[in-house]
Amino acid sequence: MNATWSRFNITSIVLGFAFLYLPIVLLVVFSFNESKLVTVWGGFSTKWYVSLFHNQGLMDATWVTARVAVISATVATVLGTLAALALTRYTRFKGRMLFSGMVFAPLVMPEVITGLSLLLLFVAVGLDRGFLTVTLAHITLTMCFVAVVVQSRLITFDRSLEEAAMDLGAPPVKTFFQITLPVIMPAIVSGWMLAFTLSLDDLVIASFTSGPGATTLPMKIYSQVRLGVTPEINAACTILIAVVAVGVIIASLANKRREVQRQRDEQAAQRG
Amino acid sequence: MSNAAVTAATSSRAADAGKSALARLGEAFVGRLVIIIPYLWLVFFFLIPFVIVFKISLSQTAIAMPPYTPVLGFGDGLSGFFAQLKQLSVDNYTWLTQDALYVNAYVTSVIVAAISTVLTLLVGYPIAYGMARAPAMLRPTLLMLVILPFWTSFLIRVYAWIGILKPEGLLNQLLLATGVISQPLIILNTYTAIFIGIVYSYLPFMVLPLYSALEKMDYSLIEAAKDLGCPPTSAFWKITFPLSLPGVIAGCLLVFIPAVGEFVIPDLLGGSQTLMIGKTLWNEFFANRDWPVSSAVAVILLLLLIVPIMLFQRAQARAQEQDR
Repeated sequence: MNATWSRFNITSIVLGFAFLYLPIVLLVVFSFNESKLVTVWGGFSTKWYVSLFHNQGLMDATWVTARVAVISATVATVLGTLAALALTRYTRFKGRMLFSGMVFAPLVMPEVITGLSLLLLFVAVGLDRGFLTVTLAHITLTMCFVAVVVQSRLITFDRSLEEAAMDLGAPPVKTFFQITLPVIMPAIVSGWMLAFTLSLDDLVIASFTSGPGATTLPMKIYSQVRLGVTPEINAACTILIAVVAVGVIIASLANKRREVQRQRDEQAAQRG
Repeated sequence: MSNAAVTAATSSRAADAGKSALARLGEAFVGRLVIIIPYLWLVFFFLIPFVIVFKISLSQTAIAMPPYTPVLGFGDGLSGFFAQLKQLSVDNYTWLTQDALYVNAYVTSVIVAAISTVLTLLVGYPIAYGMARAPAMLRPTLLMLVILPFWTSFLIRVYAWIGILKPEGLLNQLLLATGVISQPLIILNTYTAIFIGIVYSYLPFMVLPLYSALEKMDYSLIEAAKDLGCPPTSAFWKITFPLSLPGVIAGCLLVFIPAVGEFVIPDLLGGSQTLMIGKTLWNEFFANRDWPVSSAVAVILLLLLIVPIMLFQRAQARAQEQDR
C-alpha cells in the first residue's frame, strides 16, 4: 500500500513540475530559433538576441523598468518593514483592524481596481502621470508583500534578545538597529527581492499610472505580444527569466547561509 | 557632551526600574512613528483612492478634467470625453445593471474564476500532498521549485501558452503527429485557454498554503486509521482533507479573488470572444475613455469581492495567531 502511495506522490510531483516548467522551457528554446515562426524549429540561432539589443524602444523601457523597480522596492522595503513591526509589536492601537486590512487587501485586490483607483488619485491631486506615479503605485502594492514576508519572520523572533539588550542599557532605537534588524535581515532581503520582481513584472498597474516617456518593459512586451508572437519577444523574456532566476538562486543561497549563521549566533547568545 | 545628553545620562542613572523615563518616551515616539508612517501611506495611497473611485462613479459632472490633459495623451479625445460625460444623464449604476454586457461580464467572471479555482485545487492538491510526504531533505528544494516560476514574469508565463495553444501551436503539432487528433483543436481564444492560463499562473498560490497545512499534519493519525482497517480513500476524506481545510480555504481565496478581476489572461488567451470584467473595465478605461463608468465597474467588482476578501483577512489573522 505504502509503495503505491509514494509512486502516486512522485508521479504527481513530476507531472506538476512538468506542467509548471515546460511552457517556460519551450519559450526559452524557441528564442534560439532561426525561423521567424515561433512554433517551427528552423535551426539554432542567436540573431534575435542581437536584434533585441538594437531595439531602442525595448532598451529604453528596460532602463525605465529597472529604475522604477530599484527605487520602489527600496522604499517599499522600508515601509513594509515598518508596517510589519507595527503589526507584530503593537497588538493594540487605534484603527489596527483598518491597518491590517489595508496591509492584506492589496495582496488579493484585482490589479485593475488598484490601478484605476491610484490613477484617479494622481489625477485628483494633479500629479503628472509618469515615472514618479508608477514608482509611487509600485511602492504601495509591493510594501504589503514586504510586510507579510517580514511579519512572518518577526512572529518567530525571540524577543528575549531585545529585552537582554535593553536591560543592559541599550536604548530602543539602538537595540533595533543592533539586535532586531540583523536578525530579521534575511526576511528583509527576500522582501526586497519580491518587491523588485513584482515591480519588474507589473503590467496592469503600470499601464494605468504611467505616462508618456515612462513606458515600462511589461507594457512594451504587452503591446508587441498583441501584434503577434515573435522570437524577439521570446529572447527578451528569456533574458528576464535568466536575470530573475540567477538573482533568486544567489539570494536564496546567501540567505540560507546567513540564516544558519544567525541561528547559531542567537543560540550562542542565549547560552553565553 | 551636550546638555541634553548629560540630562539623559543622569536621568538614566537615576532611574531605578531599569528603563528611564526618557527612554520610555523615546520608545513611545519611535513606536508611534513605526505605526504612523506606513499607516498614513496606506490611507493616502490605498484608502483615499477608493473613496475617489466611489465619488467619481456616482457623479459624472464631478469629474472636471485636470489642467494637464495633453500630458495624459488624450489629445483630441478630450472633446469626445466631455461629450460622453454629458450623454450619461442616467446614473452609472443603472446603466450598468441595464446593459446585459456588464451583467454578463460579472456573472461570467465569477463562474470562470470559480471553475478555475476548483481546477487549480484539483491540480495543486496532489502536488502539495506529494511534497508534504517527500523525504524531509528534499522538501526545501521542492518548495523552491514551486516558488521559482512565481518569480518569473506573469506576463511571460501567460505569453508562453500562446505558442503552445494556437491552432498551429506546439500542442496541436504534437497531437497531430501522434495521431490523437486529425483536426487541430481550437483552444486559444476560448474559455478553455483562460482556465489553463489561470490554473497555470495561480498554481503556486494554491500549492503553498496547501503544503504548509499538509506538512504540519500528524501522519500517525493516518496510520492509526489504517491499522483500524480504514481504507486509504476514506482515511483521506475523514482525516487528511479536513485537517488540510485551512490550507484549502486560503489557497482557494488566493486564487479566486484575483482571478475574478484578472485582465492579462483573458486578454491574451481568451481573445475577443470571451467576456470578463477585468477586460471590460480595461476597455472602458483605455478604449472608451469612460472614467465614470469604469469607476462604477470597479466599485461593483469590489462589492462582489468584499466578502471573499474579508474571509481571506480572517484566515490570515487566524494563521498569524496560530504561529504566535
